[in-house]
Amino acid sequence: MSSLALLDVRDLTVTFHRKGARPFTAVDGVSFDVEPGRTVGLVGESGCGKSVTSLAIMGLLPRRGATVGGSVTFEGTDLLTLSASAMRERRGRDLGMVFQDPLSSLNPVVSIGLQVSEVLERHRGLPRKKAMVEAADLLDKVGIPDPRRRLSEYPHQLSGGMRQRALIAMALACRPRLLIADEPTTALDVTIQAQILALLAELVRDTGTALILITHDLGVVAGLCDEVNVLYAGRVVERAERHALFARPRHPYTNGLLASIPRLDGARGERLRPVRGSVNDNIPWRSGCAFAPRCPNALDVCRLVTPEMVADGPGGLLRCHNPVVHTEEVTA
Amino acid sequence: MLRFVVRRLLQAVPTLLVLSILLFAWLRSLPGGPATAMLGDKATPAKIAQLNQVLGLDQPIYLQYLRFLRRVLTGDFGNSLVSGDPVVEEIGRAFPATIELSVVALIIAVGLGIPLGYLAARYRGRMLDNVTVVGTLVGVAVPVFFLGYLLKYVFANTLGWFPPSGRQAVDIDATHVTGFFVLDGMMTGEWDAAWDALVHLVLPGLALATIPLAVIVRITRASVLDVVNEDYVRTANAKGLAPGTIRGRHVLRNALLPVSTTIGLQTGLLLAGAVLTEKVFNWGGLGSLLAEGIDRKDYPRLQALILLAAFVYVVVNLLVDISYAIIDPRVRVR
Repeated sequence: MSSLALLDVRDLTVTFHRKGARPFTAVDGVSFDVEPGRTVGLVGESGCGKSVTSLAIMGLLPRRGATVGGSVTFEGTDLLTLSASAMRERRGRDLGMVFQDPLSSLNPVVSIGLQVSEVLERHRGLPRKKAMVEAADLLDKVGIPDPRRRLSEYPHQLSGGMRQRALIAMALACRPRLLIADEPTTALDVTIQAQILALLAELVRDTGTALILITHDLGVVAGLCDEVNVLYAGRVVERAERHALFARPRHPYTNGLLASIPRLDGARGERLRPVRGSVNDNIPWRSGCAFAPRCPNALDVCRLVTPEMVADGPGGLLRCHNPVVHTEEVTA
Repeated sequence: MLRFVVRRLLQAVPTLLVLSILLFAWLRSLPGGPATAMLGDKATPAKIAQLNQVLGLDQPIYLQYLRFLRRVLTGDFGNSLVSGDPVVEEIGRAFPATIELSVVALIIAVGLGIPLGYLAARYRGRMLDNVTVVGTLVGVAVPVFFLGYLLKYVFANTLGWFPPSGRQAVDIDATHVTGFFVLDGMMTGEWDAAWDALVHLVLPGLALATIPLAVIVRITRASVLDVVNEDYVRTANAKGLAPGTIRGRHVLRNALLPVSTTIGLQTGLLLAGAVLTEKVFNWGGLGSLLAEGIDRKDYPRLQALILLAAFVYVVVNLLVDISYAIIDPRVRVR
């Protein structure tokens, strides 16, 4: 599997250090890989480490204050060993990234055209004029109408959806082989969300770019991802192909997430079923399973022994002592 | 843009009008008056009344004001009660000196302040930053006249590197066209005169620049520290842009917005500082005119000077707004 992988993340660990506070481990040995052209989801609730994982892959964590361990192998090179300037060469060219809030992610005082063309000038050495022509093509490709006029406009003159399209155009300007989208639709209206997801799906299909989609929204996962990694408290707790995950969630946490989605076809008056409690920063994985305090399936062993990642079903991985059992599996 | 400028200048007219009324009333409410100041303490009330009549100060204040206003509209601010010269001429002679000094101070404050503030932010928490932060605190706290005397004592009187006072050495034969001595020297090709005027500007320029310099450094530093944490700077990094592009286009350009406001406010205060600095360095600009005018209750001169200061303030703030519109597309007017 790893020999084929475009990106191979192994035992990624990110620890933040602050003066006067105990070091805080936000990502605790995350491993997953991304094959060329595939869309991989990283799913989990706020604070589970999914954004930090993406920033670590991109080399965008602050040099001071954060220690990154493990390896991030991209096309055979460990990105974590690259110098700052070598990493700058790769960012924007081989690795693109789209962020959550399109308004704050765009520079308010620089025209859209320049914000797109500067990537082309930097990585493809195009002169300003040529880069602008290409920028207009890119804006057209991401579905921005009248792209020539938009070149000289500023972020505040665009709607939320247009801004996110412009950011996607910037991220894809140099046809990167890997695109990371960190909650790309969270800040948008529901109708726009669907459009942006459709656009991402189309671009991934047309350009063959691999996509890491970071989200807390399982609906987004269901629409777009080939496979899914579920994160909890800085670790991957379950990995599965999309269909397997939705049909047979094995980890009690995944199961809880799926069960907590409100259903339109549910019985009237049926109560919502939340996953009880919240992520506790202070639970180390070292003594037992971090999900145990919230887990309906928890056994005594869960509080004592940290579960290891084991193969589970075709292509699946699972970190759980007492997974959810689905009836059809028992009979099979 | 032109319409914007014209509109803003027209908006200044009512401001100046209201100010002129307040000023008129305020000056005349001060104890004593020009007549007392001219005739001295031993003057008899009869003599004072007689002089007041000559000066037209015995008339009702609104009549005085209307007469003042009518003359001002033709560009006549009256004659100085001290020198007898038209006030406009007096000010015309002294204005270039003050402007030259203020411009030099502003160039020092902005030219040093923005880079220093940026570097302090970039090397936050390190030696350079700590020295800068402490230095700016001292810069704000030390009064201009004290710093002026200190600079004069150390660099002029003791070390002899710079002349202690005046605008140009007396023995230099300089032709004066505009009244801006450095500019005059460059225009007439009298390079020794230009250089001499420039050397004379160093110490008073530094003294006057300290407070705006310190403020600009602090604002720039704080603003840069704010901006580097913005999402769009992270986006610029994610695009793998060259560090120079990120610093210039994405960090500094945004960080300069609050700085330009500060520069406008500080330029207004510069006029106040110039009065003190001119006194210390015997500069002979508007400061000495103003000091003398207050001493002698020279109403016409004071009225013209204060209205001029207000007008300069309006113009400076207009320039700030224009610079804002150039940097920030969000405030551009339709």
